[in-house]
Amino acid sequence: MSIQRRDFLKAALGGSLAAAASARPGLAASQGRDLPPEALGILYDSNLCIGCQACMTACKQANDMPVEFSGQQTTWDNPLDLSAKTLNIIKMYDGGDTPAFVKRQCLHCLEPGCVSACPVSALEKDPKTGIVTYDKKACIGCRYCQVACPYNVPKFEWDNPFPQIRKCELCNHLLAEERYAACCEACPTGASLFGPVKELRQEAERRLNMEPGQYHEFPVNHISTGKTQTHKAEAYVPKIYGADELGGTQVMLLSGVDFNKLGLPEVRDKSYVSDLEGLSSKLYSYMLLPAAVFGGLLYVAKRHGDHE
Amino acid sequence: MSEARPLGGRVFTIPFAFGVLVILIALFYLFKRFTLGLGPVTGMNDGYPWGLWIAYDVNVGTAFACGGYAMAILIYVFNKGEFSPLLKPAILTSMFGYILGGVSVFIDIGRYWQMHNVFLPWHANIHSALLEVALCIAAYCLILLIEFSPVVLQHFHIKDLQKKLNRVLFIFVALGILLPTMHQSSLGSLMILAGSKLSPLWWTNLLPLLFLIAALLLGYAVVIFETSLSGIAYQNFEEIRLIKKLSNLVPWILIVFLILRFFSVALQGALGAMFAGDLAGNIFLLENILLIAALVFFFQAKNRDKHSRLIWAAFCLILGAGLYRFNAYITGYDPGNGWHYFPTFGEAMVTLGIVAIEVLGYLWIVKRFPVLALPRKKGAE
Amino acid sequence: MRKDHLQTAKKGLDSVSRRDFLKFCTVMAAGLGLPLSAGSDIAEAVTSPARPPVIWLSGQECTGCTESLLRPTHLTLEHLILDLISLDYHETLNVGAGHQAEAFKDESIEQNAGKFVLVLEGAIPTRDGGIYCRIGGRNYLDIVKETADKAAAIIAIGSCASWGGLVASEPNPTGAKGAPQVLTDKTVVSIPGCPPNAYNFVSTVAYFLTYQKLPEIDDLGRPKFAYSRLIHEHCERRPHFDAGRFAEEFGDHGHQQGYCLYKLGCKGPVTYNNCSMKGYNDVGTWPVNTGHPCFGCSEENVGFTIPKYVQADPGKESLITPSATPADIRYERGGKLSAGAAAVLGGAVGVAVGGAAVAAAKSGKSQDS
Repeated sequence: MSIQRRDFLKAALGGSLAAAASARPGLAASQGRDLPPEALGILYDSNLCIGCQACMTACKQANDMPVEFSGQQTTWDNPLDLSAKTLNIIKMYDGGDTPAFVKRQCLHCLEPGCVSACPVSALEKDPKTGIVTYDKKACIGCRYCQVACPYNVPKFEWDNPFPQIRKCELCNHLLAEERYAACCEACPTGASLFGPVKELRQEAERRLNMEPGQYHEFPVNHISTGKTQTHKAEAYVPKIYGADELGGTQVMLLSGVDFNKLGLPEVRDKSYVSDLEGLSSKLYSYMLLPAAVFGGLLYVAKRHGDHE
Repeated sequence: MSEARPLGGRVFTIPFAFGVLVILIALFYLFKRFTLGLGPVTGMNDGYPWGLWIAYDVNVGTAFACGGYAMAILIYVFNKGEFSPLLKPAILTSMFGYILGGVSVFIDIGRYWQMHNVFLPWHANIHSALLEVALCIAAYCLILLIEFSPVVLQHFHIKDLQKKLNRVLFIFVALGILLPTMHQSSLGSLMILAGSKLSPLWWTNLLPLLFLIAALLLGYAVVIFETSLSGIAYQNFEEIRLIKKLSNLVPWILIVFLILRFFSVALQGALGAMFAGDLAGNIFLLENILLIAALVFFFQAKNRDKHSRLIWAAFCLILGAGLYRFNAYITGYDPGNGWHYFPTFGEAMVTLGIVAIEVLGYLWIVKRFPVLALPRKKGAE
Repeated sequence: MRKDHLQTAKKGLDSVSRRDFLKFCTVMAAGLGLPLSAGSDIAEAVTSPARPPVIWLSGQECTGCTESLLRPTHLTLEHLILDLISLDYHETLNVGAGHQAEAFKDESIEQNAGKFVLVLEGAIPTRDGGIYCRIGGRNYLDIVKETADKAAAIIAIGSCASWGGLVASEPNPTGAKGAPQVLTDKTVVSIPGCPPNAYNFVSTVAYFLTYQKLPEIDDLGRPKFAYSRLIHEHCERRPHFDAGRFAEEFGDHGHQQGYCLYKLGCKGPVTYNNCSMKGYNDVGTWPVNTGHPCFGCSEENVGFTIPKYVQADPGKESLITPSATPADIRYERGGKLSAGAAAVLGGAVGVAVGGAAVAAAKSGKSQDS
């Protein structure tokens, strides 16, 4: 498909553009739901989360983010939602017998709407780790990524005259230091577990098959370190959020409470990215249609052109 | 017979001064926007990252500016040369609409100083519908300038260049039809990615087609409306005769649009949602009542040859189709989790200021340049 | 009269000054969640010569609770048992022994029926008719039931008496139960803990002496003044928890720095007690203070159930108190209706409609002409 689209731009912009563009890896339509070879992600387990918000503190430190005040107080960091100052937040659902927590952050979709949307490739999905990264040097601040994200993750610095988009990049910058996502490093219970997506999916399946009330070993921090803790298994909603959602995500969630009660939208399996790119690949297939139209238009405009 | 010539008369009138005042207020808020950021001036937020400026100024504004495109299709593709007197004013409106749409984009985007990245091949994301929109709109602005340039050349009596331009003008005419077809449909494609956040009353894979047809409808409606106004103001019966003829075509496009529209909603299984009584349902009803009213008015205007009905028809069509495109960006869009949007006064004033620039610019140009097709002067006959 | 009592008390307390004594009573009133004026009421009550008789029964226990009672110096055990109450029977503190002690107990119960306070220490074995704990040739279970019928108030001291504690943990061969589970038809105030803080017991007794009724209790029979909050809520290490700073293992950097002990298995987040506010033994210390995680001794299904160094379960039955300003799933924001903007936009549409109307009207005229 990328070839077809490349041809479209060749006609629109000339060959030089296409030469550069062809170096970019294809997106959804070419990759489908295949995981990137070394896909990294997080498994968040609401049943294990104690709402301590250590992940939020660690995230702010690791990403050098400012504190955010809400309401009247200006003493401590208490964001109420993801924002340009908060890339990761623990939210509380208070409607059940006991409160339940949910961690909101970028889910690092397999077919990310934001990456497909971005006109200047400021948002890109790493071909190896699948991490969706942001480059402020490319960004023009059009905020189409915000429109295109089904989970409302990318945030914009509204109060800054020289703003940028902020979103979780899975602590991409720590990977080089042999570290990983700060939220998972800090999580005391293993509710946020870092690791290769394949292993995390197996772990999630294992948890769904646990008998509630029994004690089980749960990996902590990073699935590959072998460090575990014993917890009593709670009943799960039999679903991994992020396994199929809009083509799947690399950050997945487990919960004992319905996911839509936790503010996670109920979405279909087929991504909107595949809708859009499927459509444009038909319309602009080898640029045949627009070229033919243009040819026809040239002919009629020349022939009917003397109406002045 | 008629000929294109300047209208003449005073440019700086009292309404003109009022328009300048609006523009000055808009400039004040623009100053705030560029010094404090978008947040303090607009009602936009992380839930509604696109507000009035994109949804109206760019999305609806460029569709209002599709008169040039719509007339060019009629004149060049369907060889209806008789309508060519309507082309120049339409192209003038289009030029203002598109260039100011581009200006709105510049005002709206956060990192405007990096706007040129759109044109840099190594930054291009060939999967982005917005890139296509941006490049096409930028290119079309140039095309419109070129298409309008004969008027300027004629005004300044630059015959030489005018002749040369006339020889290759057909290329620009062809591009002037191709580019809007691409980007007006892509403006609809943009919202496909909004997916579940857009109400099923608007979300469909047919969005690009519907947006394209809406743009055509708006193009014709604006030409009819605008020509009606100027025709009445300047007692130009020749133009009124033309738009009456033009209005024979419009209801049929409108019927196609409405059939596709309801078909697409049915396809989403969302026909019931229009009676939900919520904002989306009600605004959907309003939008379609306006369109159906336009249809009724058009058929009445045709049967009874009533000009006043035609004005109402065009007006309802402008409101209805404009509302359709606006709703697909704002009213039908709900990011969930308690986000709301309403424009601020400053934001609205900037939009109004841009409309004022269009109106004042149009008035100035038709008074000084040979745009409108006016009856031949008595003396010249 | 009142002055005399205070003087008598002063003699009994020996080195304790009147001022110190009143101060103690006021502090105790505060600890009970009573108004400060209650301090003088308590002072009067605890110096009253009419000492209520107390029968203290010991079942399956380790005497740790009694030991705990020995530790505080405000007030001292001797003041408690010599001046405040008439401790008529306590197996550890009895002067007499054997049949003599049993006979005195029976006599006291008969004499003070409906007036004495019954304190139970240790669990009550119930399997096989309760034969696993016998005193003076009788099953402890029967003694408890019999005595309880005549008591004015029943206090279960320690986790064993409160819900079975250590002896009731799996596999519980003797069928040990706590007093509230055996005396199901009676109100039992329980002071769980292993051992419980002596102050919680003494305060309960003082309250009873002052007001002739028991303090407010929760549905598990625990006095609310001491057991209504999680240890975690007032823990001195809480700031480290909030900042995500945890000791990972004993003796590591974080442990030396006094970081939160949650990862070492601290059960503070699931245990209701006031240890973090009112420490033990007059010096105010408690396990977490010394670097050892709380193991939830006073909490049923936590202490003696969840292994010591296994992390507390966030679980559904008990949950760490969330932030005072939690981020709710959904909250309304944006979309503030601006009258100015509405006027401007409405005005613009209005002008357009007006323009269309005028044009339509004019067109009608021009057609006529």
